[in-house]
Amino acid sequence: MSSRDTILNALRRNAPPLSPAPRMPEGITYPDPEKQFAAAFTSVGGEFVRVPDYATLNVELDKLPYYTNAHRIVSLVEGVGTPNVALDSIQDPHALEGVDLAIIPGEFGVAENGAVWIPGSALGSQRAVYVISEHLVLVVAADRLVSNMHQAYERVKIERPGFGLFISGPSKTADIEQALVIGAHGPRSCTLYMVGP
Amino acid sequence: MTDHAAKAAAFVADEPRTHWHDQALWFVRLKRDRQAASIPEWEALRTAAASIKAHTLSRLADYLEEFERNAQANGIKVHWARDGAEHNEIVYRILSERGATRLVKSKSMLTEECHLNPYLEARGIEVTDSDLGERIVQLRHEPPSHIVLPAIHLKKEDIGDLFHEKLGTEAGASDPKYLTEAARRHLRERFMAAEVGLTGVNFAIAETGGVVVCTNEGNADMGTGLPPVHIACMGVEKIIPRLEDLGVFTRLLARSATGQPVTTYTSHFHGPVRGGEMHVVIVDNGRSAILGNEVFRRSLSCIRCGACMNTCPVFRRSGGYSYGYTVPGPIGSILAPLREPEKYGTLPFASSLCGSCSDVCPVKIDLHHELYEFRQELVRKKVVPWSKRFGMAVLGFILARPWLYRLAGKLARWIVPRLPRSLTYARYNAWGRQRELPAMPRESFRDLIRKESA
Amino acid sequence: MPKVGLFVPCYIDQLYPQVGIATLRVLRQLGLDVDYPEEQTCCGQPMANSGCAEDARPLAERFLNVFGRYDYVVAPSGSCVSMVRNHYAQWLKGKPGFDRLRVNTFELCEYLVEIAHVASVDGDFPRRVGLLMSCHGLRELRLARSSERMDAPFNKVRQLLAQLRGIELVEVTRPDECCGFGGTFAVNEEAVSCMMGRDRIADFESAKAEVIAGYDMSCLMHLDGLIRRARKPLKVLHVAEILQGAKLA
Repeated sequence: MSSRDTILNALRRNAPPLSPAPRMPEGITYPDPEKQFAAAFTSVGGEFVRVPDYATLNVELDKLPYYTNAHRIVSLVEGVGTPNVALDSIQDPHALEGVDLAIIPGEFGVAENGAVWIPGSALGSQRAVYVISEHLVLVVAADRLVSNMHQAYERVKIERPGFGLFISGPSKTADIEQALVIGAHGPRSCTLYMVGP
Repeated sequence: MTDHAAKAAAFVADEPRTHWHDQALWFVRLKRDRQAASIPEWEALRTAAASIKAHTLSRLADYLEEFERNAQANGIKVHWARDGAEHNEIVYRILSERGATRLVKSKSMLTEECHLNPYLEARGIEVTDSDLGERIVQLRHEPPSHIVLPAIHLKKEDIGDLFHEKLGTEAGASDPKYLTEAARRHLRERFMAAEVGLTGVNFAIAETGGVVVCTNEGNADMGTGLPPVHIACMGVEKIIPRLEDLGVFTRLLARSATGQPVTTYTSHFHGPVRGGEMHVVIVDNGRSAILGNEVFRRSLSCIRCGACMNTCPVFRRSGGYSYGYTVPGPIGSILAPLREPEKYGTLPFASSLCGSCSDVCPVKIDLHHELYEFRQELVRKKVVPWSKRFGMAVLGFILARPWLYRLAGKLARWIVPRLPRSLTYARYNAWGRQRELPAMPRESFRDLIRKESA
Repeated sequence: MPKVGLFVPCYIDQLYPQVGIATLRVLRQLGLDVDYPEEQTCCGQPMANSGCAEDARPLAERFLNVFGRYDYVVAPSGSCVSMVRNHYAQWLKGKPGFDRLRVNTFELCEYLVEIAHVASVDGDFPRRVGLLMSCHGLRELRLARSSERMDAPFNKVRQLLAQLRGIELVEVTRPDECCGFGGTFAVNEEAVSCMMGRDRIADFESAKAEVIAGYDMSCLMHLDGLIRRARKPLKVLHVAEILQGAKLA
């Protein structure tokens, strides 16, 4: 008998009596989700910038040192930033090493924890761009905020086959004596522009 | 046999260091409390998580089959391993079939349990643990001492010395930022050179056929975004039914583990990278047997958050190594003796049964009750030494007979105050090493009551 | 008038009889019909906690025989009461009288609050008091909300003591961390047990407590052992000893 069958038979044989699936609890909702999102995002080391439109976003971007100091820039958001790395022309993700800044669109944000959902299709041909880049810029529409993760997963569309992730701030670690260090293996910074009137 | 008490005593002998270790983990517990307090429905979430897990465990085979179907439809190859040895063989086969010799790994307690690293290294595979804490202990040739905070037992100076020796950092440098930067550069090289990336699985979703990996460092993402081959290893119990169940677990996991609202990266893998391959290895390794055990099956609900370790007053003061098992602390004290009762028979006794672990467990495993029950298992199996069992039999005999109990009490109260201290506080008196015995009153409560009614 | 059976744990009977006397006084002061059945010995916890379930069985059976006839059973001990309510089913399930015994066995403070409905504690205790929220009473009997849980806060012990005139219930950094007694744990894991106890004591000392008060004398015995070895001026008292001087209504 294959390992698969051995395992499945053992699990069936030893199964406890059927226990019903519960109803999902109601998640907390915030009167001002944007305020909560901004607070959560900032508390995890991210930088939150509110802009009324894309024109202002570009103006603000030109003031961001991570952007102005960047040599190699990827932008996956139409009309935002002046990229000089064409992601679609890259065949090998290893070639992304040395990308200083990546501008990536977030589909929606989650107020309770400052997380942003990014479907794989938004990452272009080389999905590693979100983690290999030295700095990250996220762009999220202001009217795309949910309060909690239950609402988030109602919205998430899993691309199959594919990839998708929540990002909440820059990469970090506290593995050395619990001292928080921002910038572990992924981006050293994460600046989020929330766009809308 | 792993002697927790002896190892703990050795740990505690360095009192300042023990207090430092205790404080570091207590601080994580406090952060957890603050996050939990910010969610009014926290207790309802725990109840929901416990129910989802209980439901899933009652239909585990069905959900695994559903997962397999959906994963395969996503282009993921699904493998099944009866035990650790088979798991290791499967992983090695995937590597060797491609002639790959450089593997980068993100955290997987399962692979620790199966002893994957030494297996692969013996066959010429370079294995790089990419989580910073795990890399640190890997360089020290040590196991992790905590499942979430692998290097919690080390001070920054220890890490500074290690990095000076292994990575060429400045001698005496111990600033965490400086050391983390050095690790970033070093591990970046490994990520770039890796041919295969291996991750654990925080949650496998039956409904969609994908796996979810949660990290702060982005190491799982680097390890799966660069090499074209991704191997995800999971125990059978990591399956959850539906995407919406993640709503409950992603709200509980990071808050319980490190006191953050969520990990930086919550990555949902539903297929290989373009032109690449993705494999999932589903492992039993004793879990189906635990499922059949009515008393201890709930321990399979564990989502490996480590909250029980952070809150355990004994873990904080004895360190992960005192348990001698991949997973230490309260949950480890059930999982380890389930696997090898003779080897880990002291672990269920490495607890005052305070119950704090049960109150923080996000999936409401009744840890301290299971520890209490396990003690009975160990007595039934005669793993508990005869001297202890005999002593309790004698005590039970005395206490069951009022006249004998009263006589014994009276004798003790009469003799002890009359003995010289050198005898009362001799080495055999473990109580008396650091404590005074209680004062022995002349009359018992019963004596006093009798006098009163006379 | 309900008949109350007083259960005096073995170590209180033998080593801290004054706590038993104080408990009796408190219950009598409320006008209760309290009986002390002499044939009682021990709840069986030392054997049960050691995994020696069969050695505890006769004690559970004896307990049912001795106390089964009472409307309520009250004991000045959280851990012993937890043994009866949470662990006796293993041996006594289905036996006549067990279900009634199980739901009517109470630790002293919870009896005073939930059953006797004590609304006022009229007395003086002008001391700085640290509360030792012993684990079984806290997390098994839910005498208070434990710090791990996010339910609405409550504390039945504090509720009673706070009413005493002059009392100052001090705030410590870890209000419900285990003191390290844990029964045979105190001896089997002596090193960790004593460090836990000393840490608890240090916490109370930092809060300038003069008295450490608790509802489990076994925990207090462990702390007292450490206190007296270190010759510290702290005093340990069972809550019954503090309440016995007051008028409860």
